[in-house]
Amino acid sequence: MATMTTTNLNINGTDRAVETEHDPDDLPLLWALRDNLGMTGTKYGCGAALCGACTVHVDGAPVRACVTPISAVVGTRITTIEGLDDPVGKAIQNAWRELDVAQCGYCQSGQIMTAVALLAAVPTPTDADIDLAMDGIVCRCATYVRIRAAIHRAAETLKG
Amino acid sequence: MALLDNEPTAASGVSRRTFLAGTAASGLVIAVALPVGLPRQARAQQVGTATTPNAFVRIAPDNTVTVLIKHLDKGQGIATGLASLVAEELDADPAAIRTEFAPANAALYGNAYFGGFQGTGQSTSMRDSFDKMRTAGAAARAMLVSAAALRWGVPAEEVSVHLGVVSHTGSGQSADFGDLALAAAALPIPEDVLLKAPGDWTIIGKAFPRVDSAAKSDGTAIFGLDARTPDTIVAVLKRPDRFGAVVGSFDAARAKEVPGVIDVISIGLGVAVLARDTWAAIKGREVLDVTWDGSQAETRGSDQMMADLKALADAPGLIAAQNGDVEVAFGDAAQILEADYELPYLAHAPMEPLNVIVDWQGDRCRITGGCQAQSSDQLTAAAILELPPENVEIVTTWAGGSFGRRATPGSNLVAEAVLIAKATNAARPIQLMWTREDDIKGGFYRPMFYHRLRASLAPDGLVKGWRHTLAGQSINIGTPIEGFLVKDGVDAMSVEGAADMPYAFANRLTEVHNAPTAVPALWWRSVGHTHTAFAIESFVDELAQAAGADPLDYRRGLLANHPRHLGVLNLAAEKAGWGTPMPNGQGRGIAVHESFGTWVANVIEVDLSQRDLRVLRVVCAADCGTVVNPDNVVAQFEGGIGFGLGAALQNKIVLEEGRVQQANFDDYLPLRMSQMPKVEVHLIDSAEPPGGVGEPPVPCVAPAIANAIVAAGGKRVRKLPFIDEVLF
Repeated sequence: MATMTTTNLNINGTDRAVETEHDPDDLPLLWALRDNLGMTGTKYGCGAALCGACTVHVDGAPVRACVTPISAVVGTRITTIEGLDDPVGKAIQNAWRELDVAQCGYCQSGQIMTAVALLAAVPTPTDADIDLAMDGIVCRCATYVRIRAAIHRAAETLKG
Repeated sequence: MALLDNEPTAASGVSRRTFLAGTAASGLVIAVALPVGLPRQARAQQVGTATTPNAFVRIAPDNTVTVLIKHLDKGQGIATGLASLVAEELDADPAAIRTEFAPANAALYGNAYFGGFQGTGQSTSMRDSFDKMRTAGAAARAMLVSAAALRWGVPAEEVSVHLGVVSHTGSGQSADFGDLALAAAALPIPEDVLLKAPGDWTIIGKAFPRVDSAAKSDGTAIFGLDARTPDTIVAVLKRPDRFGAVVGSFDAARAKEVPGVIDVISIGLGVAVLARDTWAAIKGREVLDVTWDGSQAETRGSDQMMADLKALADAPGLIAAQNGDVEVAFGDAAQILEADYELPYLAHAPMEPLNVIVDWQGDRCRITGGCQAQSSDQLTAAAILELPPENVEIVTTWAGGSFGRRATPGSNLVAEAVLIAKATNAARPIQLMWTREDDIKGGFYRPMFYHRLRASLAPDGLVKGWRHTLAGQSINIGTPIEGFLVKDGVDAMSVEGAADMPYAFANRLTEVHNAPTAVPALWWRSVGHTHTAFAIESFVDELAQAAGADPLDYRRGLLANHPRHLGVLNLAAEKAGWGTPMPNGQGRGIAVHESFGTWVANVIEVDLSQRDLRVLRVVCAADCGTVVNPDNVVAQFEGGIGFGLGAALQNKIVLEEGRVQQANFDDYLPLRMSQMPKVEVHLIDSAEPPGGVGEPPVPCVAPAIANAIVAAGGKRVRKLPFIDEVLF
């Protein structure tokens, strides 16, 4: 058996130790989350930063976990769908539920994490803002009509 | 089509249903045993399942109502749909409704459209379930009412149910479902139940929120890939680079050096790398050396394969439909119009790549994942492991899309995983996972198709003869379900939408050529309609143009005896403002098509003024009979239009020397947010039985775009995807 290493990560406000026999410069955060820590809300879709299903926040910015080695996120604040509890996150999740956005739902963690990052940066996004921010997140069910509507709704809610 | 368009062989009268109830520890359990075209032997066996705790409805002492979902929910919303049917007849509190995927049990959960096999597809789930699930809900309600009447000493007719509370106004008594569940379960099953009249519906046709929206918004929904236990071994399979090749030899040395790799074994179809985690399996496979035996492999490229289809079409084909005398009609024609249409292989590419867990423990086996064909998966695993089918348990999870991909006639995914489990003889569960590259390169595509359409015209421009020649690969020939779907060599799924087209011409022939290849083909969201609707609805537009007629008026004329076609055609045209002027470089196209018991028309607006193709607006009218959940139907149309649009615009799987040239979402381009047009969905108000809604949104999209391109001043595009074609 190869040598085990331990990499300490801060995930959803908690310090977590990832023990792995893989090289921490190589092991993607996606598989550390899913296989080592049992956090399955973050999804595998392409493994090549093409679909965005694995999107998490690193220090608040959306990042593709499938191509991010765990060594690169040591010392950062990682947020996954399981840890989304700020007002923007809640507003987005509520809008998703109210509009029944999800169909198969497999991409929606990535959609939601990306939408939260968008609203955090641009509180009242235009359709063009939404296109720009969300174009990297693939939904094969093509729920795009409702994703757009839900982002607008969440923005309205947050404006109060 | 045979499975799909034939009426199910079920006896439809409620009085002929047999109700089964059991007293499970958890409370009232209601099953509705339905003689749904099952062999007599299977019907007899249903009695033996009377006390099974899994049926259709469970009411627990804590008031929760659990609806057992006999289908796979891969996003189409059937879990919500079935729950809403039960809630309606039960007068349950919608907030108390839970859903749970049913185990494999064809006797209880068989699909009447699939000859009694349990499975999901062909947009049949609601059509199969509409009566069954309402009846189950009504039976449960009747038993709760009887139990209350007995307890309170009042006539059952005076007992009412509202939002999960059973009450008797005269005596002021009331009880909730949980209080009555055990007493109700001990009562005889009503032989007849009365279903609500449509006018009394409070849920059907109204609103019922999706049961899975919360779990799919916070990451807690468990998909197949999430269902692994910590001791599960991850397997990936190295498959041949050409379809039809098999393992010649392999060298596992380097793969076994990768940390975490446990074993490397051949199952003939490919070589499996088994590992302690996903990354190890993926890394191990990258350095695995396999030499393939390609002696039986497909070595042609797509161009050659299409040329071969064209050549086939020169000879007479197998007759799929005919009337009149097409030879005579063409022999003395004033004019003959001919056009050919070409469609590529397409991958389904569901967001969640294929995966399945096999936990084989000697005399038992558990299969866990997004199982779409539970009966077939169960029988396949049982056959390989030499177990009685009932010893194979199927645990169905949420599935991250399918579009047809999670059901294959041979349950190939389950077969691969079970063969790996058998070869390794592992005591631990094994999850076989496909990567995205496996998915895109892995075959089971919408087959490539060539269509040649010819019309002979009389001097007045009217069509005298119609000859439609199709050439392509049969999905079902050579599979275990060939007998259900192939008659006299004609695969119903090759010609659906063409053999049964609504346009009635006095002399007409629809013929097909089957083109065998080692490339595995499969049903892809709307199956044969994906290509037949494109060819026919494009060619009808060409005929209208030749006749100098408006494409809408031309169709109206041909469809005078087809009220449901006319209904959607007129509604879509009206809502889209058909005939109103559009800016230069923009145009509207129209298409109409029936599939899976649902009639659809699209009016699509495109813009060519920027010298590329932009789809601006899709106006869709649909007649899917009784609408159970209007918002979900609209959602299916929004998404299905997007799915069809992405494929029509920019998707193709291309083979060169037998090798697939695409690998991931950078060369098999999914539709993205910025490409999604404005979509408006209008549903026809109808009391007809429910039609399908998963697949029918797709067929009209591509032809309506092709027709719109012409209207906008572009060229007639007869080959998909549009991205490859010259528009001017």
